[in-house]
Amino acid sequence: MSTTQMGKVLGTGVVIEAVESMTGADSIAPDHYGRGARPSTQYVPDVANVSSALQREVETWLYRQAALLDARRWQDWIDLFTDDGVYWMPVAPEQTDWLGEPSIFAEDRLLMEVRMGRLQHPNAWSQAASWGTNHLVGNVIVESEQADTVHVYSRFQAMELRRDAVRHFGGSYRHTLVRTPAGLRVKLQRVDLMNGQAAYDYVIQAWL
Amino acid sequence: MNLSALIEPDRVHRSVYTDPAIFDAEIEHIFEKTWVYCGHESQVPNVGDYWTMTIGRQPMVMVRDRDRSVRVLYNRCPHRGVQLCGNQRGNTGNAFVCSYHAWSFHLDGRMRAIPLMKGYDGTRLTPGNPDASMRPAERVDSYRGFVFASLSSDGPSLAEFLGDAKVAFDDMCDRSPVGEVEVVPVCHRVVQHSNWKFFMENQLDSLHPSVTHQSTGVPARRIESRLKAERGSAPLFFHYLSAFASGFDQWDSVQTVNLPRGHGVLKAYMGLRPTDPDTLEYEALMKRAYGEEQAEAFLSRSIHHVLVYPYLSVQSPLQQLRCLRPIAPDRTLSEIWHFRLKGVPEAIYRRALWYFNLVNSPSTLINADDLENWTKGQWGLQSSKAGDWVSFHRHFGGDTERDGVLYSNQGTSEVVMRSQFRAWADYMARAARA
Repeated sequence: MSTTQMGKVLGTGVVIEAVESMTGADSIAPDHYGRGARPSTQYVPDVANVSSALQREVETWLYRQAALLDARRWQDWIDLFTDDGVYWMPVAPEQTDWLGEPSIFAEDRLLMEVRMGRLQHPNAWSQAASWGTNHLVGNVIVESEQADTVHVYSRFQAMELRRDAVRHFGGSYRHTLVRTPAGLRVKLQRVDLMNGQAAYDYVIQAWL
Repeated sequence: MNLSALIEPDRVHRSVYTDPAIFDAEIEHIFEKTWVYCGHESQVPNVGDYWTMTIGRQPMVMVRDRDRSVRVLYNRCPHRGVQLCGNQRGNTGNAFVCSYHAWSFHLDGRMRAIPLMKGYDGTRLTPGNPDASMRPAERVDSYRGFVFASLSSDGPSLAEFLGDAKVAFDDMCDRSPVGEVEVVPVCHRVVQHSNWKFFMENQLDSLHPSVTHQSTGVPARRIESRLKAERGSAPLFFHYLSAFASGFDQWDSVQTVNLPRGHGVLKAYMGLRPTDPDTLEYEALMKRAYGEEQAEAFLSRSIHHVLVYPYLSVQSPLQQLRCLRPIAPDRTLSEIWHFRLKGVPEAIYRRALWYFNLVNSPSTLINADDLENWTKGQWGLQSSKAGDWVSFHRHFGGDTERDGVLYSNQGTSEVVMRSQFRAWADYMARAARA
């Protein structure tokens, strides 16, 4: 085609305009049924007006708890829980019952002791591979403070290295902390893992 | 493929785990022909509900149709090949609609509408042409609510394929006083870095638990004993874990029943009949529903796992199921499910839930070490100089065969693997003849 002919071909045509409330898909056989995203069920924290001293105390407490995991100081980490303390990682944000619904983790202190026992056993074969984690905790919000109980929301990002493979886990923590003579202790640590229902390459060996 | 060079009665060549050409042949001649598990009917309770899965390499979707039947269709628009359902699960309303050019389909796959249909006048893409519709799986059938599809129009029926392995679903459902289960709608997925056969062999391998799982079994037993001493009893779930560290002798006394087509049963169960009030209430419900004798038969069935070869492991007494979807010679997706017995006290669900959370969840205290074994197994079998054979000699010649069923006389007999490879060779030989 010559340049002149091409100019003629392209010189005519229609202007495509969006016709109000009618898409191409609707125009053939409308069923008005949405197939896109459903509403989020993610938790949004409340904000309590607390002293900056408490805010700071809670933040450093969370950072230290994460550091104990990264250092594999399992017993020290478990000791941050009250005797009836629970570590719970539900499958979905809308879950509320740690004993009655499928979970990724649902552990009281006795089960934490089993997991620690496994990680420390000389023949924990999967632990022979070089392995470690690196946690970052942030976005710390004190949700409420009543008597000796503090509810804290935060978000975490954890990198895990196993042999040469790096994985990322991220999500939110919700701590119910109680004040004891020994300091703040966890009555419930709820962990909503953002990628908890994605396919796992290998499994999770230790608490996140 | 020279099968006799790969499979001997007491050993197999390493390449059946590693060779991409053999893997391709397995996909084509086994997974894309035999009956493959799609899901449970209760996963799609409402019209338009769907779950997607793969059968071999075929993207499929299981959907509830308007006539209440469950359909299994290829998840592919016949226009340009785009997948119609882009998520693992959801509801597609009264129709599948393609996101690319709005071709739409009824829930049984028939073409519903194509934009500017005039554009096809005079072409061979006519509305009645099956090429204008989604293709259904060649065969779909179900057993006690568990839906299977076969991508081959001939071959054995589902009932023939399952054979005596149907006890997996009978045992699961019979433990409900109304004879039914419903799915717990959570599917954990774990990718195994190993050939699918590692998992299938491992499930009935009684020699490995007290070696592989000692790191969990030993501390669980320690705490279980302490609780029994302090409180007189320990929660049943400690036993779930401590049982893994039982001695070799005990595992050797457990029998495997190796059925035709590679299916199999590992007998023995994990003390699921304590005498607490919840269990007594449950057993009374069972006796009311089925009568004393039948209820007793259902409750005392000795099953640990049932394998439906080559992809399913059903732990029926605890209502759990794992389904394999092979991806590559060294990569296998496992889908992990839990079911609720209908009509039983909540406590009965909860005690099975402990097993799901501790053993089958992504934080599993058990499979962490299995997966490590299989990964290292896959790596070891890459070696072409250290040896070509995988040994299944243990108790070779020492099992009892009756009516095509191989019974182990010692729990640790590697008859499990020999039986699976007998079925494997049979599948592959039939493919070679066809």
